[in-house]
Amino acid sequence: RHRRGERELSGKYVATTGVQREASKMRILVGVKRVIDYAVKVRVKPDKSGVEKANVKMSMNPFDEIAVEEAIKLKEAKVATEVVAVSVGPQKAQETIRTALAMGADRGVLVQTDDDVEPLDVAKIFQKIVDKEKPDLVILGKQAIDDDSNQTGQMLAGLLSWPQATFASKVEADGKNLKVTREIDGGLETLAMVAPAILSCDLRLNVPRYATLPNIMKAKKKPMESMSPADLGVTLDPRLTVLSVDEPAVREAGVKVESVEELVSKLREKGCIPE
Amino acid sequence: MAAVLARAAAALTRPRRFHSACRPHPAATRRLFNSVTGEDVAFFRGVLGESGVVEDPSELEPYNADWLKKYRGRAPIALLPSSTEHVQRLLAHCSQRNLAVVPQGGNTGLVGGSVPVQDEVVLSLKRLSRIRSFDPVAGVVQCDAGVVLEHLSEYLAHHHHVVPLDLGAKGSCHIGGNVSTNAGGIRYLRYGSLHGSVIGVEAVLADGTLLDLMSTLRKDNTGYDLKQLFIGAEGSLGVVTAVSLLAAPKPSSVNVSFLGVRSYECVLKLFMAAKRQLGEILSAYEFMDHTSLSYPLKQLMNARHPLASEYPFYVLVETSGSNADHDQEKVNAFLEEAMENETVLDGVVAQDETQKSELWALREEIGPSLGACGAVYKYDVSIPHHLMYSLVEDLRTHLHPLVPAHRIAGYGHVGDANLHLNILADAFTDEMEEKIEPFVYEWISARGGSISAEHGIGYMKPHKLHYSKSPHAIRLMHQLKHTLDPLGILNPFKVLP
Repeated sequence: RHRRGERELSGKYVATTGVQREASKMRILVGVKRVIDYAVKVRVKPDKSGVEKANVKMSMNPFDEIAVEEAIKLKEAKVATEVVAVSVGPQKAQETIRTALAMGADRGVLVQTDDDVEPLDVAKIFQKIVDKEKPDLVILGKQAIDDDSNQTGQMLAGLLSWPQATFASKVEADGKNLKVTREIDGGLETLAMVAPAILSCDLRLNVPRYATLPNIMKAKKKPMESMSPADLGVTLDPRLTVLSVDEPAVREAGVKVESVEELVSKLREKGCIPE
Repeated sequence: MAAVLARAAAALTRPRRFHSACRPHPAATRRLFNSVTGEDVAFFRGVLGESGVVEDPSELEPYNADWLKKYRGRAPIALLPSSTEHVQRLLAHCSQRNLAVVPQGGNTGLVGGSVPVQDEVVLSLKRLSRIRSFDPVAGVVQCDAGVVLEHLSEYLAHHHHVVPLDLGAKGSCHIGGNVSTNAGGIRYLRYGSLHGSVIGVEAVLADGTLLDLMSTLRKDNTGYDLKQLFIGAEGSLGVVTAVSLLAAPKPSSVNVSFLGVRSYECVLKLFMAAKRQLGEILSAYEFMDHTSLSYPLKQLMNARHPLASEYPFYVLVETSGSNADHDQEKVNAFLEEAMENETVLDGVVAQDETQKSELWALREEIGPSLGACGAVYKYDVSIPHHLMYSLVEDLRTHLHPLVPAHRIAGYGHVGDANLHLNILADAFTDEMEEKIEPFVYEWISARGGSISAEHGIGYMKPHKLHYSKSPHAIRLMHQLKHTLDPLGILNPFKVLP
């Protein structure tokens, strides 16, 4: 059936007279993690049990900022109707969710726990949230800069049996049809898949926008839900024990050589060139 | 030895190399001092060792040319002492031999005060770079003059403190140079002048006498406060070799917002609101006009306009406090009200440290970005707030059509009533200087402003001093100079007319 003024074509076109297209509009879940700010110099605790976190500036994981930005862009392109920012973390992770709201996300969900959570537990929690919220797309940062695990997206895809495109550097969405370019060792790989799906974002996907004043003010009124892992039926089950944390080895001073001959002999000494 | 003499002779007969743009200081055409001889070099080598003496002409380049590439001297030698004692011995010798000396820190000064005018010896403080001590209770740090500001900042950060000043040149400038020029910068609004935060100075006088005024005591009313003489004297009364500085506790909560406003009146209106509503946490209030912002946006890699549209004026507001929730509430209330009454039309608030640096870069890189486009005439002036931007507008009218309006930028520490007026030219020429200069100085003088808010006098402005200081004042300055440096060997041709 044709509605007045609406052109029917393949999935791409939006209506010409402003009548909204139905269906194929997605709800997107974005994962955001509160981590030590990227620009802060991290210090190892004297007892080597971990890193200093007390009185250290915390911010949203940079890859998660990219994830939020991508979700907002999809909303602006009218591919998505709602962006929900989800965080698993302490009470203060609410600030991280607020940043996502100030960038343009619509709602926030905090799954509150003071424990350090491992990717598998996070994936299980997200699985339960997905069951509740029924999103079409889950967008995560490729990894968090505190543990550099790069596992949550992949594990979540496994638990949900959803397609995944990790290290995304470009996302094209035509309704629920996704074309995602990934950065891989050999170059770029482009995958096609149909939502629902999991995406994890790499650095070059986009440049996250600043939080603007109007959006910051709107963000204060946006809903923020809070719950515990238990409320979702998830028992945290950490399987890793950190034995010790050390600073990287101090870089040694370089040596200036006086001649090409000396350079060659030093390279030989270090086994960089054959005898 | 013969080679050195030949070089010295050549230096005398070589045509004056410093830029034609600089109208020479009257005294600079006369030979007041001796030239460096082979014996002097041997003495210097004896004190400092081979590595402490630079004579190679290509290696001398950075000592002889200023940061703006506007001024260039012909020092045949640069000395790199590594202790206060070295400095004493060097100056004693130079006094005896009537050799003129230019004390040099990071050489980032903007008025030609840190490079030679003729063939004065460059005395670089870069090797006096030790941080001596830090008292965590008093918050007092004592360090050598050659400590780079950024390095001092990092050291203090470890101890949860900050340097009470910050400026764009932090990666290169020395604390000794900052003190000698009474540097201002972007934290002045919060921490005030170095005249307040420097609590001790170690200086070597022209004849090599050590004046030890180092202290960790905030309060010390015992006689005349001599250290104040060296703060801002631009190396003309003594060489500062160490500084005792009151550091401030490192704020744990810093907020940076970048705002677009419709007019200069709004810049001032917002400033008053900021002082009232942000109160003690306000730590910086900077402004820039549309023209100013265009340069870092063009020149910096990865720079992007923070706002969705362009505005005639932009303001950067920074708050620094000890309680994030408390600060956030104040900042939100301030910004909300400003948006509601349309003092601010749009703005962004940094969400992490990287965004803060990006926003600050848009302000701190205006100068260097302009510099990358050509020759920049810089005027750093203090003018009563309500008149400040009129100078930019009047100058645009005055210089039209020689200089298009988009090459005249106004920005700066509006909170301190300090304007940085920059005119971008293709080259430094007499013609351009004549068109700009008497106009700018007369304009400022007529409105009771200062022709140099924070950059100092250097070589650029001694003969302009009368625009801002009375003849009596200048005469007394000469008397002080003569008392402390009778031969006038310290940074001659600078500061005083």
